[in-house]
Amino acid sequence: MFAYYLQLALRGLRRNPVLTGLMVLSIAVGIGAAMTTLTVMHLLSGDPLPGRSQHIFYPQVDASPAGVQNTEPFDMLDYTSAMDLWRAQRADRQALVVNSEIKLRAADSGTNALMSTMLSTHADFFPMFNVPFAHGAGWTAEDDDRHARVAVISADLNDKLFGGGDSVGRILHVRDADLRIVGVLAPWRPSPQYYSVAGGRFAQGDTAGYYAKPADVLAPLSTGLDINDGHFQPMTCWEVPSIPGYLRQSPCVWLQLWVQLDDADKVAAYRRFLDGYVAQQHTLGRIAHVDRTRLRSLMGWLDFNRVVPRDVRLQSWLAVAFLAICLFNTVGLLLAKFLRRGGEIGVRRALGASRGAVFGQLLTEAVVIGLAGGVLGLLLTLAGLWAVRLQPVEYAPLIHLDVAMFAATFALALVASLGAGLFPAMRASRIAPAIQLKSL
Amino acid sequence: MTIGPILSALARHRIAAMLITLEIALACAVLCNAFFLVSSRLDLMRIDSGVDEASLATLKLRGCEECNAADLQGRVMQALQSVPGLQSAAMVNTVPFGEPTGNAGICLDSECKQFAGVPHFYAFTRGATDTLGLKVVAGRNFTPADYQGSEGFFPADSQVWITRALAEHLWPGQDPLGREFWLAQFHFRVAGVLAHFARPDPGRSENGVVSAEWSIIVPIAPDAWQGAYVQRGLFVLRADPLDLPRVLAAAKAAAARAVPEAVIDQAASAPLVQLRERYFQTDRTMAGLLVAVIAAMLLVTALGIVGLASFWVAQRTKQIGIRRALGATRTDILRYFQTENFLLASGGIVLGMLLAYGGNQLLMRYFELARLPVSYLPIGALLLWIVGQLAVLGPALRAAAIPPVVATRST
Repeated sequence: MFAYYLQLALRGLRRNPVLTGLMVLSIAVGIGAAMTTLTVMHLLSGDPLPGRSQHIFYPQVDASPAGVQNTEPFDMLDYTSAMDLWRAQRADRQALVVNSEIKLRAADSGTNALMSTMLSTHADFFPMFNVPFAHGAGWTAEDDDRHARVAVISADLNDKLFGGGDSVGRILHVRDADLRIVGVLAPWRPSPQYYSVAGGRFAQGDTAGYYAKPADVLAPLSTGLDINDGHFQPMTCWEVPSIPGYLRQSPCVWLQLWVQLDDADKVAAYRRFLDGYVAQQHTLGRIAHVDRTRLRSLMGWLDFNRVVPRDVRLQSWLAVAFLAICLFNTVGLLLAKFLRRGGEIGVRRALGASRGAVFGQLLTEAVVIGLAGGVLGLLLTLAGLWAVRLQPVEYAPLIHLDVAMFAATFALALVASLGAGLFPAMRASRIAPAIQLKSL
Repeated sequence: MTIGPILSALARHRIAAMLITLEIALACAVLCNAFFLVSSRLDLMRIDSGVDEASLATLKLRGCEECNAADLQGRVMQALQSVPGLQSAAMVNTVPFGEPTGNAGICLDSECKQFAGVPHFYAFTRGATDTLGLKVVAGRNFTPADYQGSEGFFPADSQVWITRALAEHLWPGQDPLGREFWLAQFHFRVAGVLAHFARPDPGRSENGVVSAEWSIIVPIAPDAWQGAYVQRGLFVLRADPLDLPRVLAAAKAAAARAVPEAVIDQAASAPLVQLRERYFQTDRTMAGLLVAVIAAMLLVTALGIVGLASFWVAQRTKQIGIRRALGATRTDILRYFQTENFLLASGGIVLGMLLAYGGNQLLMRYFELARLPVSYLPIGALLLWIVGQLAVLGPALRAAAIPPVVATRST
């Protein structure tokens, strides 16, 4: 029966190629626009650390003096609070992170010095964030304690300086120091670069920078502070620092702490610990704001910072509205097309076709249009994503069509065409045979 | 033409009429908001930087933080003297569309009881205002004595220039000359007012578009750079626009020879025109995309109208024939379909305006966008009326061509 409907549908569609073409095109551009933007949305708003993100938390306290009027704590920590919280070792894993600009050279290569970024952090960073290694491994907690001159480098930098391969044991000049490479990362592109996200609420929606490549060099925090002091940027200060760039004694926030808490009890315990710390510092007179303490989860922190760029969110809304317009259009055209065939439907009904049979046949026709629109829409989606990849934005290289979105495209096409076809088919199948026959 | 018969005819095609009305309404809502978004992007992109961008370029050195700033300036400026075609050069902390380096909150009193927003502080050494071609519209020029050294962030007391936009924000309707403001312990007094001078990050800083021109120029001696919390090693160059690429290349080579320990930032060393283009890249893309969506939407709407109108014409062939036989002219038939479309479009537009307003409320809430000015509503309405009339013209002409004799035929 279905094969027969399909045959009828194809014949029906061929009878009016322009109208059919319009409908297919209408669905295709709607699906193409919607799926392009929704794919970008999906890729940018996904969980950057699936399976682990629910255990990762971002503690915040606010050490600014009483006069500073904030409703939220600062997005980063001052040095004293950061080190106190880190030293307390109350989490399953913990790492401070701070990015700074470095001047870099491979000791045994003739290449020129280049400017790059160094992430100063702790040994726990690698297991906590599941960072993949191609060669070697991260440093140890002892390295953190004894200011070891070691570094882990990105796959990119390894290619650039050493032409790829295992460069563990080679020496990297960072500023005036020699760092021994202990690990080389496998290609690693967290989306977004979640561990350094901050300040999203002041960015006017311009958050594409959060999807930039990770730092080229990773080194122990203690080492980083030794070799790159004077080159740290504060996120903000509540007073002008006395010596710019040297932030350890400054009234500035510039460090981020990440902790791993494996179960709900530990999360609750950590909250108590934070409150206790702030209360204790309050009695000591260092922290004025006891109410400005937060412990957001990784995803909560990303949400708070509205990581998905405003333009991407806007485009998604626009595309969905556009798809709706295309669907209204298709419903109208299908209705016109089906009702125009009133005579034919009347004859079929008079010859004994049930209302359901007519309905099924017309719906098949709508679905065929939908699938054709879906295939064309998929091609348009691929073209759209290709166009997005050409954009000079940080997230461009991350954009691709994954299996989930591929399936979603077809599901959307099918649902859209069924939705669009349902009403016209119902309407047309209600045509009374007698009236149509009379007018023939 | 009376619209009674048209309305009763539409009432018999309620569903189709409703669909086309909803489509037009949705199109109207998206259109008005999309136009508004495009025009706000274009407004931002048109911002007057206040300088003659075509004649200017930047030269940026990095990784030389250990260098003494005054010495660095001396070496680079001397090297630049050998570059033919270079009209002037000076050391600055940043330029419009460069990297912001001095965003800081200011207060109108020394105890900071009156916080006044977060402008951008430009630090300029001698010659920078002339190189950039900045001229005050009120107040006075900087004197050599204004360029002070300092151990900290800024000199304790500075005579500064501010823009008219910032003056208007700080002291609305008042004469800003001689007025004071504070950044922590640093004290500033307004010596001059500039007509325009954009901050490095117009539209993307904390206060958004409003603060695009909240710029302050602090005259500073290069030795103050040593302790100053501003990036070092940025030079602004002026040359004839046609000669600028060559001058910039020669300047880069000269600077690399003069300061071999520094790394030349190739991306940031560029003509200002290029920096501006890069800065607005995403806005340009977004505006282009919005225009494409607007065009596609109008096209889809038009096609929908064509399809439905064709269907109605085909369905009413006989009625049209009868009307013609009863004496209706071709123009009457044409008018009928045009009026019908006008009514449908009007219904859609009325509904669309409500939707546009509602959509704007959502945009305001979720995207921190401005309120949709009422003036955008008639633009969307007019466009949809025109598109509707054009789309219906084809089918309507076909209807008008139906001869009266059709009335006598059985189908």
